[in-house]
Amino acid sequence: MLDFIARRLIAIIPVLAVVAIFVFLMLRLTPGDPAAVIAGDNATSDQIADIRAKLGLNEPIWTQFAIWIGDILQGKFGESYFFKKTVAELIAQRVEPTLALALCTLAFAVCVSVPIGVMAAYRQGSLFDRVVMAFSVLGFSVPGFVIGYCLIYVFAIELGWLPVQGYVRIGVNFWQFAERMVLPSLTLSVGFIALISRITRASVLEVLNEDYIRTARAKGLSNRVVLMRHALRNAAVPILTVIGLGIAILIGGAVVTESVFGLPGLGRLTVEAVLSRDFPTIQTVILLFSVVYVVINLLIDISYTLFDPRIRY
Amino acid sequence: MFAFKKSALALVAAAGATALLAAAPAQAQTIKAVMHSDVKILDPIWTTAYIQRNHGYMIWDTLFAVDEKFAVKPQMVDKYEVSPDKLVWTFTLRDGLEWHDGKPVTSEDCIASIKRWAVRDSMGQKMMGSVEGMEAVDAKTFKIKFKEPYGLVLESLGKPSSNVPFMMPKKTAETDPMQQIKIEDVIGSGPFIFKADEWKPGEKIVYVKNAKYKPRAEPASGLAGGKVVKVDRVEWLWIPDVQTQVGALQNGEIDMIESPGHDLLPILAKDKNIKLTNSNPLGNQYAFRFNSTAKPFDNPKVRHAVFVAFAQEDFLKATIGDAQWYKVCKAPFVCGSPLATDVGMAEVLNGNAAKAKQILTEAGYDGTPIVLMQSTDLQVLTNLAPVAKQQMERAGFKVDMVSMDWQTLVARRVKKDPPSQGGWHAFLTSWVAADILNPVMAGFFNASCDKAMFGWPCDATIEKFRDQFSKETDPVKQKQIVEDLQKYWVDHPTHINVGQWYSPIAHRTTLEGILTAPAPVFWNMTKK
Repeated sequence: MLDFIARRLIAIIPVLAVVAIFVFLMLRLTPGDPAAVIAGDNATSDQIADIRAKLGLNEPIWTQFAIWIGDILQGKFGESYFFKKTVAELIAQRVEPTLALALCTLAFAVCVSVPIGVMAAYRQGSLFDRVVMAFSVLGFSVPGFVIGYCLIYVFAIELGWLPVQGYVRIGVNFWQFAERMVLPSLTLSVGFIALISRITRASVLEVLNEDYIRTARAKGLSNRVVLMRHALRNAAVPILTVIGLGIAILIGGAVVTESVFGLPGLGRLTVEAVLSRDFPTIQTVILLFSVVYVVINLLIDISYTLFDPRIRY
Repeated sequence: MFAFKKSALALVAAAGATALLAAAPAQAQTIKAVMHSDVKILDPIWTTAYIQRNHGYMIWDTLFAVDEKFAVKPQMVDKYEVSPDKLVWTFTLRDGLEWHDGKPVTSEDCIASIKRWAVRDSMGQKMMGSVEGMEAVDAKTFKIKFKEPYGLVLESLGKPSSNVPFMMPKKTAETDPMQQIKIEDVIGSGPFIFKADEWKPGEKIVYVKNAKYKPRAEPASGLAGGKVVKVDRVEWLWIPDVQTQVGALQNGEIDMIESPGHDLLPILAKDKNIKLTNSNPLGNQYAFRFNSTAKPFDNPKVRHAVFVAFAQEDFLKATIGDAQWYKVCKAPFVCGSPLATDVGMAEVLNGNAAKAKQILTEAGYDGTPIVLMQSTDLQVLTNLAPVAKQQMERAGFKVDMVSMDWQTLVARRVKKDPPSQGGWHAFLTSWVAADILNPVMAGFFNASCDKAMFGWPCDATIEKFRDQFSKETDPVKQKQIVEDLQKYWVDHPTHINVGQWYSPIAHRTTLEGILTAPAPVFWNMTKK
């Protein structure tokens, strides 16, 4: 097991190197000049050239890359061109809302989608099954921002139950934190619920036709025990895989959801950094997302052993 | 008996409630506003962006300021005098001016601040070209000596929009003008104090009332007069999504939106708890900028043909829509301003395609495609370029409209490469009217070749007019110069003004006291 973890951790290095090169080149090769953005609308060409020189953007692209990689290896993530704060500080400031959104979404999505997926499989062809499948198609098809606006209209503006936007840190006021998390988490979890419930249904259906399920039933075990202990546990591996892959959807969705609900998280930081061509911030945030994605998928791989004793690393 | 008990209980309850109310601390009055952008940079001298200008007005004060009629009035200055030969200006500061850290504001601070501002601002640069020197007479008095009489001293020191000559402590003002000031140096003498510990870029910036601020005795008017702060705290929250901004305003989570999208105004107008207030009656002006160095726009006659081909109302209908929020106005120095005039403009901006075609033929236009940059992500600009393309094509131009996001456009417009190799011929933008009230202030009138703004017009006659204007001290003669300049400029345009438009503030009806001013300011505001 330790060998496996070590090998996977080492495998992260080339992945991050590719991401770093790709992101760096994409930013340098696409149009846009941070110096011109910083200088403002009334700046002269000389002022812009001066800022460009001060930011080191006149250096050859490979020199800029070498400087950046050198800094990263020393744990220096640079300073944002715009915020005049280190990127590490910015990320530290923005990580809580994104983490809270991701955890609430994940918890809500798993709690809802796994039971309804199992029930849909158990009652295959019933009205409940059809409703779940129709919902999953809808969940995939409707963009997150549309769901967000609809929820805002109904629950915030019409009913006045929840705030439209904003974020209160969990340590400041838990209830205000919680009420501001409901709508964004619901919005982001719709697609996730659709995905997981569909996969859960398909996996459980496959398992329900296995001989050992028939044996369990023949032994006189209750439906609940058959479903939870035998069917769901054996169907867990594909479900976990999808949850792991879904982290990418979660990260992408967070960018939109944080913008719609005014959450000052990493997703919004990414958008702001891209729009203002804040190269150090974009590069570091994307690297961070890559690390998170790879590490979560490693944890998911490790968790397979908990559900399927046949899997050994 | 029962009635007596009930009354006694009610009395006890009322007394208890009164005692509780008396014991409870007074609720701090906080205005929560969503501005047009997030405050990422704290130095209003270093950048010309309007959000930094607005931020500057919260913290720093100015020597002079314009009132709502655009007359320049003393602000930090108590009195000033000019020598008979108009070469020496002496300024005396008001009593009791203090920085937020408790130190007094001195002449040395002001001299250092003027010097730093003048490096970054075009009007400042022009003024400093005529300045022989500045010296502090005492802690409250300083002099500016000129080499020759200069006509725009007060207009420069009271410049209302970017870059505004904000006064900063000497130590801060001695920062290299090409570097931003440090966060610990965000100390002003203005009506609000910046809360550095609560500043979260991308989330919010917080200002609290400067209790020690001594406002002028005159009532507030525009950016001048008494800056009396009537709330305890102002928070600028950053909500990037316009639809969410509107929802938050309707839900009472915020008190105002500085510039809601025009397409959302009908929704806001229907809400009885929300009011739309146009606090900037001069508004903004759309401008079509030529690259005067690129063929065929290096030929003034070709540029004039575009001027003849354009009709303002088509641009305004396509972008703003509701006539309540726009004005067809030929005056390049903005309708409603002291220098507004239509002189020389009779033949242009009438959408006369036939005449434009004729001028174009006479100019020898060879069919070179015009690279017109269109920005697609700023709602107030997006529809301008398609209208320009259509009107130019009607006049016989070939137009290649290239769409991109605003930041890409910003980067491309500084490139002097040929248009076919990554350069450009033209783009459209918008100016806040307060930035273009005279030919020295208006950046697009600068025709000093490489020193001019992108587009780099090179016209000695325009420069001569601008120079004359800056040195003329008689307002009547200044107006004559503007008329002469305008007559010449119509045939040798550096840009084209394609209409005036307004962006109202959307606010809860509980928010009152919004001042009519070229920049949104938060003194004088009250919240019920």
